[in-house]
Amino acid sequence: MTRPATLVELREAIRSGARTAVDVCLGALARIEATDGALHAFNTVCADRALARAAEIDRDPPRWRTAPLAGIPVALKDNLCTRGTRTTASSRILETFVPPYDATVVARLEGAGAVVVGKTNCDEFAMGSSNENSAFGPARNPWALDRTPGGSSGGSAAAVAAGVAPLALGSDTGGSIRQPAAMCGIVGLKPTYGRVSRYGLLAFASSLDQIGPLTRSVEDAAVALSVIAGPDPLDATSAPEAVADYAGAVGGGAAGARIGVPRRLLAEGVDESVAAAFEGAVDVLAAAGATIVDVDLPHAAHAIPVYYLVATAEASSNLARYDGVRYGFRAPGSGDADLRTMYARTREAGFGAEVKRRIMLGTYVLSAGYYDAYYLKAQQVRTLIRRDYDGAFERIDAVAMPTSPTPAFRIGERAGDPLQMYLADVFTVSANLAGLPAVSVPCGFTGAGLPIGLQFTGRRFDEATILRLAAAYERETSWRDQRPAI
Amino acid sequence: MPGGFTRADIEAIATLANLELDPAEVDLFARQLAAILAYADQLRQVDTTDVVPTAHAVARHAAERDDVARPCLDRADALANAPDAAAGLFRVPRVIG
Repeated sequence: MTRPATLVELREAIRSGARTAVDVCLGALARIEATDGALHAFNTVCADRALARAAEIDRDPPRWRTAPLAGIPVALKDNLCTRGTRTTASSRILETFVPPYDATVVARLEGAGAVVVGKTNCDEFAMGSSNENSAFGPARNPWALDRTPGGSSGGSAAAVAAGVAPLALGSDTGGSIRQPAAMCGIVGLKPTYGRVSRYGLLAFASSLDQIGPLTRSVEDAAVALSVIAGPDPLDATSAPEAVADYAGAVGGGAAGARIGVPRRLLAEGVDESVAAAFEGAVDVLAAAGATIVDVDLPHAAHAIPVYYLVATAEASSNLARYDGVRYGFRAPGSGDADLRTMYARTREAGFGAEVKRRIMLGTYVLSAGYYDAYYLKAQQVRTLIRRDYDGAFERIDAVAMPTSPTPAFRIGERAGDPLQMYLADVFTVSANLAGLPAVSVPCGFTGAGLPIGLQFTGRRFDEATILRLAAAYERETSWRDQRPAI
Repeated sequence: MPGGFTRADIEAIATLANLELDPAEVDLFARQLAAILAYADQLRQVDTTDVVPTAHAVARHAAERDDVARPCLDRADALANAPDAAAGLFRVPRVIG
């Protein structure tokens, strides 16, 4: 079976007239039809919206000739608002929610000619590392259907890996783009905090959330980032920094780059096959001319507890808005109760177990008497983690680590132990806490054929460097030519 | 409280969070929250004397913009997702009296 076309290849086919946008769109919809019974990557497929959009692009080739995504099928994580198309965050509480506006990233993708084919399955409100917390059932890994695709953007990763669409968007609060990308054998980029507008992203943890692309090549991720990046008057935390020519940066190579490897952090808890693939990747980078140095990030080992205190505190506040009044679900019969009871019954029935657990934890760490011991302490250690990275970037250009300490695990394997599940995020949460960009690129397979990811973390607003290094590594290897049997 | 949560502790947190937990959830969360917080206790070993807390990793001044009136969400659109709306308003259970 041939490798599915990348975004850039597909774009050339459409621009040259070899394929029409409608033809490409029909191909994507047929692929969903063929795979989604097994993968459950989609919560909603918008065939009519997609075909109408593709036909519009075919009708006016001159208008779309230079548009960077003209006719490209795109899958959107179901926590990104789409005007007129149901947006659920994989939660019962939003099962019927139809947003009255588009997220800024959706408007920018469509403005660039993209064709939205559907909304992808995810952990409820993006809270999870396996997609098992979806109220609509888990998505599955295209490489092994008994395993999770990772999470929380599991459906987005599965859809791209299975060849449904060359581009999906996800959101990454603690690794939710990079970890599923690693587990599904594709590229996933979390941009710098503020690089991409969060307007229209259903908020989980507002100081950590960031939207980014999942693709089958580093160049595709760069093209997508150029479209979605940049300041937005509708998001006060979006950054005014100039948007670089990311696609132009990917050809640069690794020669002369200084790459730090945090050996002490990697000493424990890394699966043997992941460690071997990572060491092989470091050798490839060295052979390509990069200088590899040890780097010490002494506080990164504490990133998991810091993350789960900060993120749950923010979540408990953000999710207070789901109360059965303005949108979504209201518990049946509770309209006759008093207001507080209606709120409490609606939230009890509308949220799943992990969301409630995090709201409870976040409420507790913000409550009188415990705020200083937990929330404030976590924010202080967050400062130390940020300083570790800032110090390291004075002498290196990027940090290299495995994206996930293990390959994809079996569905149900960790479901009963939330703490064990949280530990899966050990190498990804630091980038969110420090606001740094990070990218995962395929770097091998386990003996059982499960994909493994290599992660580069870079300086704030220097996505160009990590994309360049990831692309240099990608050119030296052929992992992306392999595809799942599905 | 770390070291153990009573049922009453969990119910008090649930009240703050506007959640009406069932008894099985109260027991489960008592156990799981205690385990997660015991793990988080490793942060006590970190010396944070005089360390300023980070609320946002990319600190900048609040964005400013000109105070220009713009169209806002249409009323019918705003009400379209409400589980109960009447007379152009969101309807909720009786709050007063």
